[in-house]
This record gives sequence, structure tokens and C-alpha cells, in this order.
Amino acid sequence: MKRHLISAADLSRDDAVLILDTAEEMARVADRPIKKLPTLRGRTVVNLFFEDSTRTRISFEAAAKRLSADVINFSAKGSSVSKGESLKDTALTLEAMGADAVVIRHGDSGAPHRLATSGWIGGSVVNAGDGTHEHPTQALLDAFTMRRRLVGADASTGQDLAGRRITVVGDILHSRVARSNVHLLTTLGADVTLVAPPTLVPIGVENWPCEVSYDLDSVVGTSDAVMMLRVQRERMNAAFFPTEREYARRYGLDGERMAKMPEHAIVMHPGPMNRGMEITAEVADSPRCTAVEQVTNGVSIRMAVLYLLLGGNEPALTATGTSTRTEESK
Amino acid sequence: MSKILIRGAKILGGEPQDVLIDGETIAEVGTDLGAEGARVVEAAGQILLPGLVDLHTHLREPGREDSETVLTGTKAAAVGGFTAVHAMANTFPVADTAGVVEQVWRLGKESGYCDVQPIGAVTVGLEGRQLAELGAMHDSAAGVRVFSDDGKCVDDAVIMRRALEYVKAFDGVVAQHAQEPRLTEGAQMNEGIVSAELGLSGWPAVAEESIIARDVLLAAHVGSRVHICHLSTAGSVEIVRWAKSKGWNVTAEVTPHHLLLTDELVRSYNPVYKVNPPLRTEADVMALREALADGTIDCVATDHAPHPHEDKDCEWGAAAMGMVGLETALSVVQHTMVDSGLLDWAGVADRMSFRPAHIGRLTGHGRAISPGEPANLTLHDSAYRGVVDPAGFASRSRNTPYEGRELPGRVTHTFLRGRATVVDGKLA
Amino acid sequence: MDANSSDVRASDARAQRPARPVLEGPDIARMLTRIAHEIVERAKGADDVVLLGIPTRGVFLARRLAAKLEEITGRAIPVGSLDITMYRDDLRLGPARTLARTEIPADGIEGRVVLLVDDVLFSGRTIRAALDALGDIGRPRAVQLAVLVDRGHRELPIRADYVGKNLPTSLRETVKVHLTEEDGRDAVLLGVRSAASRPGAPDESPVAEPTTPAGER
Repeated sequence: MKRHLISAADLSRDDAVLILDTAEEMARVADRPIKKLPTLRGRTVVNLFFEDSTRTRISFEAAAKRLSADVINFSAKGSSVSKGESLKDTALTLEAMGADAVVIRHGDSGAPHRLATSGWIGGSVVNAGDGTHEHPTQALLDAFTMRRRLVGADASTGQDLAGRRITVVGDILHSRVARSNVHLLTTLGADVTLVAPPTLVPIGVENWPCEVSYDLDSVVGTSDAVMMLRVQRERMNAAFFPTEREYARRYGLDGERMAKMPEHAIVMHPGPMNRGMEITAEVADSPRCTAVEQVTNGVSIRMAVLYLLLGGNEPALTATGTSTRTEESK
Repeated sequence: MSKILIRGAKILGGEPQDVLIDGETIAEVGTDLGAEGARVVEAAGQILLPGLVDLHTHLREPGREDSETVLTGTKAAAVGGFTAVHAMANTFPVADTAGVVEQVWRLGKESGYCDVQPIGAVTVGLEGRQLAELGAMHDSAAGVRVFSDDGKCVDDAVIMRRALEYVKAFDGVVAQHAQEPRLTEGAQMNEGIVSAELGLSGWPAVAEESIIARDVLLAAHVGSRVHICHLSTAGSVEIVRWAKSKGWNVTAEVTPHHLLLTDELVRSYNPVYKVNPPLRTEADVMALREALADGTIDCVATDHAPHPHEDKDCEWGAAAMGMVGLETALSVVQHTMVDSGLLDWAGVADRMSFRPAHIGRLTGHGRAISPGEPANLTLHDSAYRGVVDPAGFASRSRNTPYEGRELPGRVTHTFLRGRATVVDGKLA
Repeated sequence: MDANSSDVRASDARAQRPARPVLEGPDIARMLTRIAHEIVERAKGADDVVLLGIPTRGVFLARRLAAKLEEITGRAIPVGSLDITMYRDDLRLGPARTLARTEIPADGIEGRVVLLVDDVLFSGRTIRAALDALGDIGRPRAVQLAVLVDRGHRELPIRADYVGKNLPTSLRETVKVHLTEEDGRDAVLLGVRSAASRPGAPDESPVAEPTTPAGER
């Protein structure tokens, strides 16, 4: 049984669909006069954030509170102890406080995996973004948004994204969102194409279950969803691309490019958006852009994940066997 | 002084013979030697090798005695069958003056488990800007002949050229840690398929290979010899092979872990596999084994890098780089090179004793096993099978990547100038 | 919700004598018709009645009742479903459960008479959970309960307003409702619980009703 959600690669198709279906029910709770369920009463969820991410933290916080869990926010940033000591010692502290789940955001890839396999804590670990590795709940909320828009909220129970064409555009190299989405969307049957300047595509991408293109115009016309990733302006200083203007021209989504997309196709963005960089205001504010919906859906997805991990005496998600992750050798 | 008779050992893996040690030297080699007055070591079936020599050891003293000291490090060396180790210069303070190298040398003398030959820093503080007093270190009691900024690359081409030239005056050698710094900023693991998946910053092979290519060309240009530390890629092997084919004076080493482990292990995010240069791919491992077998790579060097538990008991990004290796080196070499048929025991003696001693210009080590030679010997039970348990290490640190792994062979006895430092696998 | 049912049935066949039908399709249809008439009578024409079935089989029963009420009154009766999973008091006794759909009719339940519909009434814990769930959705004028079978053994002060059949049982016995929509036929089966059929299941204790798969109570 999986106790943790570390990587989207650990989810089987059935697990992923179960999470989406559960999120669909959670979404209905948001429409009620009382947006709260007693389900996780007496459970403690710790948001352990080593990086600032107000958006992700409040999303998890809202999810846990709607399920009546007790929420402790632990911001470890600025702590004077060295990073290594602080992760272990913090973990031991949380364990002593009886955390049933630790939602962790960390700047180092693999830190949640380490927390889950080190024996430091006994509770569930949920990866809320680690370095440039993964951000599985973001991928789940993206998939949930796509399923609602492309399949329909009411008709989608039990459905995956088979045959849908999803294009992810931007800084793939540094993007945990892209990594998680490639795993999850492929598991759900979608065809994924990554688009970026070659400098922002990782060496080794040829092993990923997706296509890679350097030309956005050649793929927008056949995409059911185009996901624009945030591109940090600082990347320019490390020579990943020459200027903002050139990046926006070649890899940004503007009204003209959006017009080439199929009528039903949607534009997605995990936020926060760099208007004028990867996306123009015209596109960001158009009804095809799901950025705000994604935020709403994020709470439903995180409720679903917390419920499935903590709602019983054991999690409802199964180990897939296809996972490449190995436990520590000893 | 005492006599020791080693009975029935296979010298360099050959036919069983007896070796009589008298005092500090080998007195006799032959069959059915008399045992009068001698302590007898029954060695039937075991392999007798010249005492192993490590060109690349981090003893951490002075400065990081929490991870290793000269005493604990030399104990670990003896257990691993070594009779001489070269102590790297990246201590605190850095071994960039005659004073520091003499301190390390003196601590080695006092330990008595293994000879310690200090390596001097190439540049002051390993900073890569100003040459350290290489001559003074050579002229000191420590008699330094190997210079290295290991841990950091001498990346400035002019500094490297000057160092290569300067040490010619006393037959010294610069041992280069080949790592182009700009290409490896923030690097966490080998750049490739696994790093792409794990989201860890890549340490590309080209960052090692480009420096090696530059340095062999520089060495050829100024007519110096250069030694390349811990080769880790197939491309590095190709460059060294090409340089040797030109007749240039280039030597190279490989670590035991680069002969066995690959970057697939990093998927566990267990920092015990974090090392510099990083674990590479299966293809690299195979190329390194081939190169060690055909002599392109001259020797095995451990890059024994002890770290305290807390520096590995953390997330990958915060963890220190390096692995301990002295106590497992010969077993890993047996497993990867001998048991695989790539190298015989004479070859092991060459790659782990004769050649490293020659590169370091150590006159008392890496000698033939014949009468009159110093009795620096290692007796190895190649039939032994055991599981690596770091709890039993003589080293102060436990950061081995082999914990729980079965490895073949065990050093049963080590003799340093006729005195047993290890008996029946335990420190004497 | 009742993913276990087929397993239970398979092991029932091996471990014990097969469950015995105590009610067949025509009996069930007759009982639902009677309940529908009772509702119309007691709710004075069922003007403001909303039917909420408890998944899985309660939902089918609610839809059948709604159809019969429509026949009688000539008006469409709002019908929906109310999943009680997240309000259960035994969530920590088993793995996290798959949620079922909660579908509240468009006009809501505010000020109306909500009629909860379930297949079997046993300990009463399901209905307790349903009342809690309902409270988070709105404030009905009244809440009533209709069940196909009341098998007794209440653990909470809860009773049904409309009962298809009172079926006295022992705690060793199981009551399973089969409905065409889910199971291919209509029947109420009485069987005997065997320890071997559900090894280690927490619902071996008498306080068991909510952890029993729907349809087997």
C-alpha cells in the first residue's frame, strides 16, 4: 500500500482516476452552504514549507480544513540551522507532535522521498513540490481541469484522458510541474508534447514518454490543451535564451497563436503568470484560459488526496509496480 | 627480530610458495622453507600481493577529525591491505605549506599502521590562483612529489601549465581533479537519463573530458607528466588512451566505486551514493573496467572520503560528496576485475601496488616479492564471501555505498616492513 | 461501495449454505407500491417531498419510489442521492472508501420534507451519518426514512417511517438486497455470516452495520 504521494510516476491509471473521481465529489462540497466535512476530524496535517509558496500552502490548508483536519503551518525558511539538520530535526519534531501527514515543499529534489523513506517519521508524506523534480498534486489538478473541460464534469466519472493531445510549453528543464504532468498525463492515456528552446529541455529527455518540439506553431493547431509554464526572467542571465522579447516571440502564447488552436482547446497555466513573457494578457484573460479554475480545482484535488491517504486506517492508493523508485537499500 | 613464515600462499596468484620474513625484509622465497624460530602463518589457498598503495586518500586530519584522523584512516588502510597511502591536501588548514605536510607525515609515522605520504596543494588554499610553495613541500621531511587541488579543479590553464612545468625540477607530478567549474555549477549527479527524471542538476561527462583533453595537451606541450584523478567516463578513457598512444607522460586512476556502481542507484535519493565525480552509466563502468585491464588506466585509487553521519543523514542536496573505500577496495576490484576475468592477480598487484608506487615515486613500496625487498605484503583470501557491515569498520566514518552488499574476498594479513598490522582480518 | 460483494458471495458459496431468498421481485414491487401510497397519504399529497437515496441500492429504490409517486400524484417528484461515506463513524476501521455521488435536486431541500431511502435498516449508524450529511446541505422542514427491510438490532435511537418488511434476524445472519439495476434481479436474501468469509474484518462485531457492504446487512 502506498502511504505517500511523492511522484506522479507512482500512480497507476486506476489510482489517478480514483483521485480525479474523488475530487469530483469534493468539488460538489464547495457548492454547499457548509463547505466542510467531518471526515478527518482529529487528524493532524502539517504543512512543512522550506520554500515560500503561499498559493500551494493555502490550497493544502483549505483542503485539510474543509475535511476538518487540524492544520499546522511550519515555515522552515530562514531557520538558522543548516539545511540537512533542519530537515531531519524538523521531521523528528513533527513526529513527536503526532503529525498524521506532512505536506512538504522543499528546494531540494528528492527531499520528500528522503523524508518518506528515512524512518524519521511515521505519517504520510505528500510532495508539494521538490526542487526541479515533481509536483504531483499540481499535475493532478491539471488533469482534473482538463477532464472537466474536455470530457465534462458530470460525464467524466471513471474516465481518463485517452487520446487527448496536451502540449506543455516553457522551462521544462527546471519544471517540476512538467515532470509530474508527463508522468500523469501519459498514465491517463494522453499524448504529451513538450515545447521549449533546446536549452530548456533536459539532457535525457529522450527517455520520457512524450514528444519534444522546438516549434510552438507546429503543434498548437492540434492541441486539446496548451499548458504554459512560468519562465523566470533570471534564466536569461544564465544564457538559456537571449532576451525576453525573443522568448515571448518564439515560445509565448499570444492571441494570434491561440486563434490557431482547435475551438474546444483550452489554455492552462499553473500560476503565477508572467504576463507579457510566456502569455499575453489577451490570452490570460480569455475564457479559454483555465488558470483561475485550476486554483479552485487544486483544493478539490488536495482534499481528495488527503482523504484517500488519511480517510481510513490505510490509504486507498495502491502501489503500482511500475514505479522506478526503490526504497533505500537497507 | 622476529621471523615470520607465510606458508603456501599463491604469490600474485601463482603456484603455492613459502615466504620467510626476517625483520623488515623478505629473506627467502621458495617451497618447503624451514620454520625454525619463525611464527607461521598458514596461507594455503590465499593470494599474496605486494602491500597495496593508494594514490588518493582523504585522511581529514588536520581539521575534520570528526570524520577521520590519520590514526583511524591508516587503521582502515591496513585492514584494506594497504601499506602506503597518499593523503590528499584538502584539509583545514589546507596542506599547502611545508608545515602542514610535515604534520601529516609525522602523524603517519606515529600511527604505525601504514606509511602516509602527504600530497601537497597545487595552489594556495586550493583557490586556483597562486602556486603554493611546491618546492618547499618537496624539500620538507614529507618529501612531497604528488601535488593536487583535489576537490577542486586547477581550471586556470596558465596556472596548470606553470604547475606542470615547475614540478619537473624535482620529478613531481600534478594530479588533476578534472571538473570544468562553470559546466558543473550546482551539479548533483551525472547528467543523463536519470538526472532528467529525478530533477537533479547534471554533472556532464564533458566537464571532466574537456579538462583532461586540455591537460594532456598542456603536459605534452611542456614535456611534463600529468596524473588524472578518478576517471569516470568512457570519453575520458578515450582521451587518455589517445594521449598515451602519442607517447605523452600521462597516467590515470579509477576508483573502485566507478568500477561497480551506476547512477541508477541515485533513484533512491540516498546520499550515500553522492560522490564527485558522480556515479555514471553502465557503459562508462564497462569502459573503465576495460581501460584498467588494458593498462590505459594505470591504477586503482580509493578516493576514500570519510564524512560524519549527519553529513549523509539528510536530503540529497544538502549532503556531502564522497564515500569511504579503503576497507572494501580490494574486494570490489576482485569482484569487478578478477572474478569477471578481466585481470589476473599479477594485474591487481600492478594496478594497486607497483604502478601507484611508481607514479608517487615511493621507493619502499610496490616492490617485487623476492629476497632482500622490504616486507610490505598483503595476504588476501579470495574465496571468502561476506556482507559489508560498516559497524565493523576501522574508519571513523561509515559512509559506504556497499552496506549490506555481498562482496568477495578479505584481507587476512597485512605486513608493514615485516610487522603484522593486520592478523586474521583484525588490526594487530 | 460494495466492491466486496462478489467476493463475499463467492466465499459464501464455499463456506456456508447459500443465502436463501425471503422476498422475490413481485414482493418488492408490491411493498414499494404500498410505501408510495403511505407517503402520499401521510405527506398529504407529497407536495414538498424530496427523495434522497443512500448509495448504492437506496438510490435505485428512491428512483422506483419516485416513479410510483408520480404515477399516483401525476407530478414529478424530485429525487437525488446522498452519499454518507465521509460522515461515517467507522472510517478508521478500514481502508479509505471510494466516494459515491451526492446529487441534490435543483430546488434543494430547504423547507421541504426529505425522505431518506435505504435498502436495509440495521444498527441505524448509516442513518445517523445521513442526518449529519443532510445538516451540512440545508435545513429540511422534516426528515423521514423509508427502508425496504428492517432487520432489527438498532444501536441508536432511530426508527423508520416506512418499512417494506420487518425481518427478524439473528446477528449471525446476513441480509442482502439485490436489485435489477445493480445485481441483475430483485430479491432479498437471508444468509449466515461465516467467520471465514470475511477474515479479520472489523464488522465481525455486532456493532457492525456501517462497515458491511451495502446490500449485505
